[in-house]
Amino acid sequence: MDIFDKYAQIAGRHDKVLELGTDPFGVRLDEILSATEARVDGRHTILVGTNNYLGLTFDEGAIEAAVEAVRTQGTGTTGSRIANGTYALHRQLEEEFAQFLGRRSCMVFTTGYQANLGMIVGLAGPRDVIYLDADSHASIYDGCRLSGAKVVRFRHNDPEDLDRRLARQQEGEAALVIVEGLYSMLGDVAPIAEFAEVKKKHGAWLMVDEAHSFGVFGERGRGVAEAQGVEEDVDFVVGTFSKSLGGIGGFGASSHPRFDVLRYCSRPYMFTASPNPASIASVRAALARIDCEPGLRGQIWANARQLHEGLAGLGFDLCSPMSPVIAVKMPDEGTAVWAWNRLLELGVYVNLAVPPGTPNGVCLLRCSVSAAHRSQQIEEVLGRFGQLAQELAAARA
Amino acid sequence: MTTTDDTIFREICGLVARFAPAGVQLRPETELASDLNVDSVAAMDLVMEIEDKYEIDIPINQLADMRSLGDLVELVRQQLKDR
Repeated sequence: MDIFDKYAQIAGRHDKVLELGTDPFGVRLDEILSATEARVDGRHTILVGTNNYLGLTFDEGAIEAAVEAVRTQGTGTTGSRIANGTYALHRQLEEEFAQFLGRRSCMVFTTGYQANLGMIVGLAGPRDVIYLDADSHASIYDGCRLSGAKVVRFRHNDPEDLDRRLARQQEGEAALVIVEGLYSMLGDVAPIAEFAEVKKKHGAWLMVDEAHSFGVFGERGRGVAEAQGVEEDVDFVVGTFSKSLGGIGGFGASSHPRFDVLRYCSRPYMFTASPNPASIASVRAALARIDCEPGLRGQIWANARQLHEGLAGLGFDLCSPMSPVIAVKMPDEGTAVWAWNRLLELGVYVNLAVPPGTPNGVCLLRCSVSAAHRSQQIEEVLGRFGQLAQELAAARA
Repeated sequence: MTTTDDTIFREICGLVARFAPAGVQLRPETELASDLNVDSVAAMDLVMEIEDKYEIDIPINQLADMRSLGDLVELVRQQLKDR
């Protein structure tokens, strides 16, 4: 038996996708022209699927800080945080993050994926129960699996379902509830205030992943919990550096007095090389800019409004109210793949999202808006979506 | 199977009947994936329906070994027993 036989079905599905054009899961950006533009297969392409929410990947201060860090501290740390991999930079960023978030302590992880793994594995063990939103990100599911905890799903964004399930919890188990602030596929927001009420009623702990909402939601950009005024009820907050902060890495933060025990009890934190100096330096600069320039958030919301209203005006079926993630529903996978290829031919890159990576079996053209998009660029994107709409209508006729 | 199992089996058959292709009889050994084309996402949704019906929680850790309708019935029976 070939060891790859188990992938035969999904490989066959992938082959069918390839028959329709470019591989949506292997797009190569040949030249990065700016935070919102690249050359793809020889074409100038507007990027509307990068999660580069604040457009800080080309921030001058972040670039200079990264260059300086490489020159003075080298290309990598070559070690884990519990060995030789803790530099002053890592500690400085953790202190700055803790201060920004209003938390007692913060831990930095090498990727956002590892931040969820490290936090979940550190917080929950085989004698605990994790209650997770059914639409949670793969990194949350993987962290739950790795933790060895009993894992119970509740219906997406449904505090009443969580309430019913927590009421059935057996005595003597610690319960950790995990939700996200902004869900990355459909662009819908969690009712964290309601979840917080439920977790308090049952004496559970609440962890919120603000990966897609950090820098975007809240008066200071701390995320959906800040926007809903319930940060104090959130026990643990997780996030990534690879979206609004334009870098690579992740964080976990809490005000629990014993939180730092995870530094020597969370294996995904302990047994991996620490982030390289350039990454940490650029994130420090980006965080400082988010802290002192609230206008960035005003710009991304203005851009989100322009694209959301424009796509709705063109008659597209949008999955959620306006947010920087705008998911356009397609009727089936074949149409979604065709439309995705057509947009790429027209010079617009969006994300193709299909089951099982999407909730409820939906097929999506997933757009994410950046504060760096110019209004004219969004107009161009809408023009090309308009052309797509006409072609889809003609194909249906 | 015991009588209780039979009852659970019949009730679960009612929930999975919509997946059954024409001509496929529902038996304890009927496989969810290969016989009923229930993929991993549909299986998760089905489990939630069953949890609602019986007011139980089936931890997702226990779903990895679930292959057949009989396995599903056993999971429900176990959770009802532990309740």
